[in-house]
Amino acid sequence: MGNLLSLTTFIPLLGAAILAIFLRGDDEAAQRNAKWVALVVTGATFLVSLFIWFGFDPSNTGFQFVEERPWLLGLQYKMGVDGISVLFVMLTTFLMPLVIAACWDVKTRVKEYMIAFLILETLMLGVFMALDLVLFYLFFEAGLIPMFLIIGIWGGKDRIYASFKFFLYTFLGSVLMLVAMVAMFTDAGTTDIPALMNHDFGSETFSLLGIQIIGGAQTLMWIAFFASFAVKMPMWPVHTWLPDAHVQAPTAGSVVLAAILLKMGGYGFLRFSLPMFPVGSEVMGPLVLWLSAIAIVYTSLVALVQQDMKKLIAYSSVAHMGYVTMGIFAVNQQGIDGAIFQMISHGFISGALFLCVGVIYDRMHTREIDAYGGLVNRMPAYALIFMFFTMANVGLPGTSGFIGEFLTLMGIFQVNTWIAVIATTGVILSAAYALWLYRRVVMGDLIKESLKTISDMTTRERAIFAPLVFMTLLLGVYPAPVLDTIGPSVQALIGQYDIATAAFESATQVASN
Amino acid sequence: METIILFAPLVGALIAGFGWKIIGETAAQWVTTSLLFLSAFLSWIVFLTFDGVTESIQILRWIESGTLSTDWAIRMDRLTATMLIVITTVSALVHLYSFGYMAHDDNFADGVQYKARFFAYLSFFTFAMLMLVTADNLVQMFFGWEGVGVASYLLIGFYYKKPSANAAAIKAFVVNRVGDFGFALGIFGLFYLTDSIKFDDIFAAAPELAETTISFMWTDWNAANLLAFLLFVGAMGKSAQLFLHTWLPDAMEGPTPVSALIHAATMVTAGVFLVCRMSPLMEYAPTATAFIVFLGATTAFFAATVGLVQNDIKRVIAYSTCSQLGYMFVAAGVGVYSVAMFHLLTHAFFKAMLFLGAGSVIHGMHHEQDMRNYGGLKDKLPKTFWAMMIGTLAITGVGIPLLYIGFPVGFAGFVSKDAIIESAYAAHAGYAFWMLVAAAAMTSFYSWRLMFLTFYGTPRGDAHTHEHAHESPNVMLVPLAVLAIGAIFSGMVFYKPYFGSDESVGKFFGAIEVKEEHAQGYGIPFVAPAFAAGEESDGDDHGKAAWPETPGKGAIFKHPDNHVLHEAHLVPKWVKLSPFIAMLAGFALAYQMYIRRPDWPAKLAENQRPLYNFLLNKWYFDELYDVVFVKPAVAIGNLLWKRGDQGTIDGGINGVAMGIIPFFTKLAGRAQSGYLFTYAFAMVLGIAVLITWVSLTGGYK
Repeated sequence: MGNLLSLTTFIPLLGAAILAIFLRGDDEAAQRNAKWVALVVTGATFLVSLFIWFGFDPSNTGFQFVEERPWLLGLQYKMGVDGISVLFVMLTTFLMPLVIAACWDVKTRVKEYMIAFLILETLMLGVFMALDLVLFYLFFEAGLIPMFLIIGIWGGKDRIYASFKFFLYTFLGSVLMLVAMVAMFTDAGTTDIPALMNHDFGSETFSLLGIQIIGGAQTLMWIAFFASFAVKMPMWPVHTWLPDAHVQAPTAGSVVLAAILLKMGGYGFLRFSLPMFPVGSEVMGPLVLWLSAIAIVYTSLVALVQQDMKKLIAYSSVAHMGYVTMGIFAVNQQGIDGAIFQMISHGFISGALFLCVGVIYDRMHTREIDAYGGLVNRMPAYALIFMFFTMANVGLPGTSGFIGEFLTLMGIFQVNTWIAVIATTGVILSAAYALWLYRRVVMGDLIKESLKTISDMTTRERAIFAPLVFMTLLLGVYPAPVLDTIGPSVQALIGQYDIATAAFESATQVASN
Repeated sequence: METIILFAPLVGALIAGFGWKIIGETAAQWVTTSLLFLSAFLSWIVFLTFDGVTESIQILRWIESGTLSTDWAIRMDRLTATMLIVITTVSALVHLYSFGYMAHDDNFADGVQYKARFFAYLSFFTFAMLMLVTADNLVQMFFGWEGVGVASYLLIGFYYKKPSANAAAIKAFVVNRVGDFGFALGIFGLFYLTDSIKFDDIFAAAPELAETTISFMWTDWNAANLLAFLLFVGAMGKSAQLFLHTWLPDAMEGPTPVSALIHAATMVTAGVFLVCRMSPLMEYAPTATAFIVFLGATTAFFAATVGLVQNDIKRVIAYSTCSQLGYMFVAAGVGVYSVAMFHLLTHAFFKAMLFLGAGSVIHGMHHEQDMRNYGGLKDKLPKTFWAMMIGTLAITGVGIPLLYIGFPVGFAGFVSKDAIIESAYAAHAGYAFWMLVAAAAMTSFYSWRLMFLTFYGTPRGDAHTHEHAHESPNVMLVPLAVLAIGAIFSGMVFYKPYFGSDESVGKFFGAIEVKEEHAQGYGIPFVAPAFAAGEESDGDDHGKAAWPETPGKGAIFKHPDNHVLHEAHLVPKWVKLSPFIAMLAGFALAYQMYIRRPDWPAKLAENQRPLYNFLLNKWYFDELYDVVFVKPAVAIGNLLWKRGDQGTIDGGINGVAMGIIPFFTKLAGRAQSGYLFTYAFAMVLGIAVLITWVSLTGGYK
């Protein structure tokens, strides 16, 4: 199995091609076939990816399953996974069948919809596996097109505005990243990511336009990458595209966006910013920490006053991503372990929360919180599931939401207690907005006439939630599968980071003497 | 055995919660209740056979990250054992009681099945609470800590149709989270300094922490004091101490058995347990413990004043709980942790009993809770009356002062509460001492007021309700009877091990080793070790056993300079008499105002309007918090959203965008769907630039 990663990555694309070429017509049978093909293909992808999971050796901190071959224009095609990326691969393959199952009731242009998701899966997997700069950029940017289409074609009524915003933010970030990539290639003479990770990018302070750039080229490149990843995360203050995108996106689109696409930003920080520009990270780290702390409090307060369910959960996502960036740039074992854990766990929890909104949106066609109330009277199973994920979202111990939050906070406390205190207030605010939402939607008497006939979750819907509940609970009680996998790789990353920053500091001290 | 105690309630909760549709509601109720009785039975065996030596049982790995290592594990020591019997006993009785209390409920429509859910929640709560007290590290304790918070949230909001219940549930959870905020920071700080969150490691490091400074926020702090304080903030939330107490009275929205179990006997005492559990740290944190004493005493006083004027029977008892918790904190704060646990134990019996008694009254009066509509119920509810009477005698502290026959003679509250007041005096905590004596007088007043308003005088309120007032079924009265035994005798029986000499307490809590011959010399196989532990040695051959100088041994630690326990027995006679006199004064005043001259209360309220309103409105804490926290949070949220996100950020970016987009669309020519095309175009352009650059400069080597 020398090409296991490529196989996993391109099975969905193959499925998309089959759908595009062989499936004709738009009648009910064709729609059903399209859905089944997509489900089988994503399911097969998950099964194949299990070989990666079971074959993966956590104690090896290098890249595994590496595939390397020349490609067009003298470029190389190189894929591989390490302890940091393998979990994102698994998260993606695990969630995609559920995403497909979640859009079972879509009626318009089903074939194209399925193709969009299948292509998206290939591109997302590619991002997490690519070990070549150009390849990474290709996957990273191309992934936006299917997402763009999903929002733009199958989205809500303001989808044009949302797509426009989505475009603008990502575009501006990507341009800067592209420039930095060119600069990296010029400096290192290679686009090979493992090689770049070992390359020493210049960190001598120089002045540009009269401004002292501490950390030199590294800092500039760091900023350029930051522009792209920060938008992707999204971090405050470039987060405002996310609530709009979520509100307009169809349920399945929201799930993918929140559960997987956002994680590309965090993954980018871990793959590029920290190992390649340690000095830049050290110089700019405090900024990220403060932005994260602000994000947690700011977006939690904004979430408190939302009237739209999806918007509320979107803002809550931004707050949770704040813990991630904070943990990453705490640069210690607990911080980064926690950040990765938080990303994985947020994949399950936020995905499930958007699905929860989807369940009632499918029935009532509104996301207005005020349109609901007292659902528990007619939908006990739904009330239970929603309660479970609400509690997971507020980081209740015993669910996976707790461990990420707790570890990142523990990590940051060792670095900066101000940030730790500000960020910890998030646990109070998240409880307030999440329970307030739950109360308005689920609790109370059922008095609204329109809700009198609402039905509880179907078997299909329950089947979608079951694996998510299982994972959230499993990782909350027994997080070892995740922590054992990422532990050694994170440790290695921090080790290299510390050496690099220590060298920089001693160099600056020598210079100042 | 400990594992069975711990997981039996969880199994019950799962069976009742998810399996009731299969096995039926009645079966679900029986399953949970029997499993709880099993737990309670095993807990008593564990408690009575436990020899005081700390044991640890690993269950499963949990969070491991770098040097942080957390297991799911059980720590067995005297603190755990004490909590085990309190929790499982009260919980088992409350389960049983709920058969009767929850049999019919007007809050649910006919045909709605709510009983299995109720029992599942109760059992789940019990499991979480057991996790809290059996934890061998702070993170697992935090799991239990938040777990009981959720159970409490679910049970307060059990009547989900009532807006007031929903509001109270959220309030309880969020206010508790404020406490958890401090607790979590305390855990982070302890990990930062000691590199571990296991109790054993932290205890061993405690003397060192006292010498360490930690830079926290704006300045440097003494580590032990700061961390003890942060942990105490958690305790304040859970145990409803002043400033974080506002959720407890509202929590009475839950069904009464819940109030008895969670909001009186067990969950709210978790804060006291935390402080006792962290005794090695507390002993090295004099400033923090001084604050604990101050806040505990103030809470005891504050809550008692509010309790004087409340009209809802459950709220009176709720404020009484709040006040009694203040007593326990004073004991823990002055360094007599065993006495804090003693009062926790006795209080669990008599307070659970008062609540269940009140529930019996409410049940008999068709869910009427306003005492102004009671009166003369003594003959209608004779058994409940006697139960409440015993509870009142216990809480007000009735006993025979200055008589000592190996132990003081009196109801449970008399023994344990006086122990706290004497300790406060012995610790030279003058403020706390007087506050507690004053609170004792008020406790007596409001408890007797409750009794007089409910059971004496003439029936008031709806005549129809009074006509149909009925005694509760036996399934509700049996738990009352069992608790009555505890309320009468627990003080006297457990006096020695919890408030005896230094030596007997030390042995009981495992700080001093028990000699073999004593452990086996009592003839009764089961109870021998426990009672041997409570005995003093004859002091003939081995010399006097002493508490260890450094923490690590036994369940609680006493600093070598801490002699409060010893000195509490040597206080002057007037100190020993003072709570008794305060109790008599409170009783006399209540008798005067509610039996002899029932017109007085109204007149007094009229004459002292501002004071009365101040107390009736609970010192206006809710109003204050609403203005200071809730409204501003919403206002700021709106401001940030409308002005920040939509105004500044989007406004700024849209402004830029309006300049750029037309430029690109022009560039892109006559594309059909402008934005989509623009985007794809920009991306392809980007890749083209990159690939061109790479190929021109040599490409992959």
